[in-house]
Amino acid sequence: MQHENVPEDRKDCAAGIKAKLGLWMFLVYTLVYAGFIAVTVFAPDVMGTDIGNINMAIFYGLFLIVFAIILAFIYNFICARCEKKMNVEDETEGAE
Amino acid sequence: MNYQPSIWAIIIFFSFVAFVLLISRYFAKRSQSTKGFYTAGGSIPWVVNGIAFAGDYLSAASFLGICGMIAFYGFDGFLYSIGYLAGWMVALFVVAEPLKRMGKYTFADALDSKFKSKGIKIAAGISTLIVSVFYLIPQMVGAGSLVTPLLGWPHWLGVILVGAVVIIIVATAGMASTTYVQFLKGALLIIFSFILVFLVLNKGLITDEYDTLEVDSAAADGISLVDTNYTVENEWTVGDHLFAAVRSADGDRTVWAYNADKGILEETLSITNKSDGSVLYNGAPEEEGKFHQVGNLTDIRGVPNTETGAVGPFEFLGIIKESTVVRWDKAIVMDDGDKITVYYQRPTSGKEVLQPGLKFPLDTTKNKLNFISLMLALFFGTAALPHILIRYYTVKNPAAARKSTIVAIVGIGFFYILTLFLGFGSMVGGALDLTNSNMSAPLLANNFSVAIFAIISAIAFATVLGTVSGLLVASSGAVVHDLVGSGKKKMSEKMEVGIGKIAAIGVGGIAIVLGILFKNLNVSYLVGWAFAVAASANLPAIIMVLFWKKTSAKGVIASIIVGLVSAMIIILLSQSTYNDVYHLVDVTAPMPIDNPAIISVPLSFLTLIVVSLMTKKKEDEAKALKNGASAKA
Repeated sequence: MQHENVPEDRKDCAAGIKAKLGLWMFLVYTLVYAGFIAVTVFAPDVMGTDIGNINMAIFYGLFLIVFAIILAFIYNFICARCEKKMNVEDETEGAE
Repeated sequence: MNYQPSIWAIIIFFSFVAFVLLISRYFAKRSQSTKGFYTAGGSIPWVVNGIAFAGDYLSAASFLGICGMIAFYGFDGFLYSIGYLAGWMVALFVVAEPLKRMGKYTFADALDSKFKSKGIKIAAGISTLIVSVFYLIPQMVGAGSLVTPLLGWPHWLGVILVGAVVIIIVATAGMASTTYVQFLKGALLIIFSFILVFLVLNKGLITDEYDTLEVDSAAADGISLVDTNYTVENEWTVGDHLFAAVRSADGDRTVWAYNADKGILEETLSITNKSDGSVLYNGAPEEEGKFHQVGNLTDIRGVPNTETGAVGPFEFLGIIKESTVVRWDKAIVMDDGDKITVYYQRPTSGKEVLQPGLKFPLDTTKNKLNFISLMLALFFGTAALPHILIRYYTVKNPAAARKSTIVAIVGIGFFYILTLFLGFGSMVGGALDLTNSNMSAPLLANNFSVAIFAIISAIAFATVLGTVSGLLVASSGAVVHDLVGSGKKKMSEKMEVGIGKIAAIGVGGIAIVLGILFKNLNVSYLVGWAFAVAASANLPAIIMVLFWKKTSAKGVIASIIVGLVSAMIIILLSQSTYNDVYHLVDVTAPMPIDNPAIISVPLSFLTLIVVSLMTKKKEDEAKALKNGASAKA
């Protein structure tokens, strides 16, 4: 197994924008998660509603898992683009 | 239940353990330095670290606890899967990159990076130790539960075995070995769980029925039976239920439940604790194996004695929704000084099983608060678990920390979807041991073949080994870097690693003892406590240090202490602890809720804000004064 020897501690110019993006995406997921809790607690009958073969409880639960995976990929895609763009710009400016 | 070990199971199991120890030996040479021991030198590739994250996280609580809870309580067990995964969103979006950027060995480094305060290190170190111990208990309980059916050993011996193996792993090789054990085990767990789900769906659903005795009359003077080979010897009423002790012609004495609607006695399972200290299982000694596995459908879409053949995943759930599942309730009766625990059938509609409410009824305000509190703890707990946080220091940079978190989310998310089918598969596939809710998934595997059972159990055991290793490394790091290391005297690297190994052995010893004491509790339930303590003690401090400029060192210390103490007080004085841990059945506990997060997390945040506002100015002035003095010098 190949190992990278030295931990990198380079300056990350995209850190600020990634932190902001992370907070927004965290807020979106938190709202969807809070919705699940709220429906379960305050309208439990809704969780028994049929949705095809399954019911709302199973559907919402599976959706929360799949949604988390999708959001994670979107977040990584945007972060990687920001890192590529901003850190390259920074290196170019530094070189000048 | 009496489990018969198989030679295959023993061979596969010990081969796996031997392999894990070999990995440990191989990586021992990398752990001579402090950095090597605690963070594997920051050299782990992010894909490996991501799967290792999954390995760390898919502990006994996930594989044994969640599957068991779904098998016993239906959808409510799946709430843990949902909450555990949601917690990774906090880790990914809020914590991963900044924590990697600010820390070195432990999360206390990150908290302390702005303040250089010994108080923060000590508070965070104590918190790490306590959270780790809370998390270690269910792992040890799970280890004992696994070893019993696999090797036929008693629970306590399983706990000691896992404790001993893990102490060897950690004391010899540290984080590099722990990471590769977790990588291997995380990948295998997901692959074999998928295979098991495939087998469950391929087999489909089958109805089954238990024995009955036809009642001739049930008058006030007692029940009489049509079959004269059976005689009713005693009767007990518990709530709405009538139970009868029945003697058969061949001398066996068993307990039955009266079903007035059908005019029959229904089979129960019973455990008799006799006044002379002996224990009978279904009226016979344990080794006769009369206390059998249960779990079945009585009808499929209203049709008894039928089967479906292979089904798709949604069809599987859809059929359960429209069928009747037999769940089991418990009652206790006294029989001439003997205590009999009776497990009786409770047919439940599939629709009810697939909805929330069987484990966490939401009928009262208190229950609603408990539920919200649990979901809050699961959401905020993940990003505050010490053994998860230290894994951010094993990769080279913040981007690698982020990517490894995403790999973890994919692996863990996929596994949690599988738990739904493993749990319901156990519930209707005869894989329930009524005395141990943690055994459902391994017993489900056993229903297909001993080889799969042995492999799954070995992986589950490695799950425990890996998670316990991670927790011991985290605890050891907390002792060396946060507690001992905060002293004035600078230690040599050799000394640091040496103290760390001694700390790992000490914490491992405590975990062994507690694992034996907490034998009968569901492991996922116990992990819920660890999450609540972590979410209360660590997360408010982590988030506020990262995102609130007015945070002061004293605010962080106060927040950790208040979160930790309030969460522990609520847990230790809750009704479920009174009943399940102290065994005080008829005593009302002083705390109105079982899960502390809904009180302790906001309290910890509030404490940090108030104390920071009160002390920030003073701390800044002292810092400026110190800087000025250094500049002059």
